[in-house]
Amino acid sequence: MDQSLRELYQEVILDHSRHPRHFGKLEHATNTAQGYNPLCGDRVTVYLIVGKDQRIADVKFEGKGCAISQASASLMTEMIVGRTVAEAEKLMGGFLELVKGENVVDLDDDDRERLDVMAGVSAFPMRVKCATLAWHTMKSALEGGGTAKTE
Amino acid sequence: MTAQAKFRTAFNPATARKDFQILSRSVYGKPLVYLDNAASAQKPRQVLDAMDDFAMSEYANVHRGVHYLSATATERYEAARDTVRKFLNAESAGEIVFTKGGTEAINLVAYSYLMPRIEPGDEIVLTVMEHHSNIVPWHFLRERQGAVLRWVDLRDDGSLDLDSLNAAIGPKTKLVAVTHISNVLGTVNPIKEIVARAHAKGVPVLADGCQGAVHETVDVRDLDVDFYAVTAHKLYGPTGIGVLYAKKAHLKAMRPFNGGGEMINEVTRDHVTYADPPARFEAGTPPIIESVGFAAALDYVNSFDRAAVKAHEHDLLTYAREGVRQFNWLSVIGDAPGKAAILSFEAEGMHAHDLATILDREGVAVRAGHHCAQPLMERFGVASTTRASFALYNTRAEVDVMIEALAKARKILG
Repeated sequence: MDQSLRELYQEVILDHSRHPRHFGKLEHATNTAQGYNPLCGDRVTVYLIVGKDQRIADVKFEGKGCAISQASASLMTEMIVGRTVAEAEKLMGGFLELVKGENVVDLDDDDRERLDVMAGVSAFPMRVKCATLAWHTMKSALEGGGTAKTE
Repeated sequence: MTAQAKFRTAFNPATARKDFQILSRSVYGKPLVYLDNAASAQKPRQVLDAMDDFAMSEYANVHRGVHYLSATATERYEAARDTVRKFLNAESAGEIVFTKGGTEAINLVAYSYLMPRIEPGDEIVLTVMEHHSNIVPWHFLRERQGAVLRWVDLRDDGSLDLDSLNAAIGPKTKLVAVTHISNVLGTVNPIKEIVARAHAKGVPVLADGCQGAVHETVDVRDLDVDFYAVTAHKLYGPTGIGVLYAKKAHLKAMRPFNGGGEMINEVTRDHVTYADPPARFEAGTPPIIESVGFAAALDYVNSFDRAAVKAHEHDLLTYAREGVRQFNWLSVIGDAPGKAAILSFEAEGMHAHDLATILDREGVAVRAGHHCAQPLMERFGVASTTRASFALYNTRAEVDVMIEALAKARKILG
């Protein structure tokens, strides 16, 4: 198989997309936003509970999308729980650098290692928006909600 | 030689294929299998050469100068108009308005014909299989003037129920806007019957012919259709040009849409009078080189026995339809009788974009997404589909590559 395809659809990604973590609706969410990718019509909703200490106490997402968008959303929810809003936004910055194939400066080594499964997306420029949809939606939720679009 | 075999020799796809240099390239080290023809078709050498030759030897602006080249260019531009007229069998070249594409042709009808005729509560009838280009212009009239959109549903096989359409046409209907061929389902709509029913109630019909003119031989007089929109780039021609066919009486009664040069009789400080159609609707410098390419594309299409081309495309469709039958995880959307060579499908547990990405790495170009037909996606309860659409230059061997690539995708994602 094509090496870049192997990297894109590696087992961890497929596992996340088939069995997404933190999938569903979160009752009593403090922050919610919807994300929409006009290119493919995919939608995602991100629910967050942000405490007074500005820490993300819980997160869930729901929606339908491709393997890349579902895996990325699932991985994101796993990684942002327990982080402060500022930390989550920094993580997102690093994630964007990674999937766009840019020089990654915003990730520490542990985060870099966990997110590395998504690095294969950088070889597929048409698919970067799939990977970033949930993250933009999370940021939009933190900023007060509304609808995040990928373009 | 059997009659069937004799028929087949009338068009040889392997020979025609040689006219398209791009088809011999590879992508990611694999031979290109181009199955995104409903989005845009590739251009044969004959079209590219015609534009090149014209630009290198006869080009100038049209309808303006008195100099030699302006006269030649004007002749070529008007000759292109007449080639389109013949292709659609319109009565006069004056009924052919050059636009920048099918979308602009439909918008022209919305702005110039329908907008001044719409009162709040007036209705526009359209089907759920329309492309966004035959939906959004009517939404403009809904938003701005209170028009009501009346949607006609489809049968589960993707065919249109004429009785439902007939029932939707009421005393307040001002236009029926329907596609000739669905860009997703391949359904061929019976435009002639639709027109007969609408006209019986005094309602004009616009047909979106962007796919229809590619796969069907169109005779606008036989169809008796009021408006017919065509784009060149799906017909092996250049981008940036299309036409609106409209009956002369309609064009004469239509106000201009774009204002500018070439569409006037006289302009003073406080008065303007407009040129007659079609010039009235062609403000500014038109796509001149593209008009020559468009005409060359139509000549190219007409150089073949079109019935044989259609039979070839139908053979590819049937072959592909049979080929995907082995995949119990794949369901085809749109199985209307007599459909055109467009195959859309949904794969269980696999998103269209993932599927298309894997096919792409095998060299197979297909379209994945909502195909600018979101009401149709909603009708079939899907967010997106994968679509293979066939052109005269495709082969059964290419269908085989697609089928193998689908099996591979299933292995990776399934």
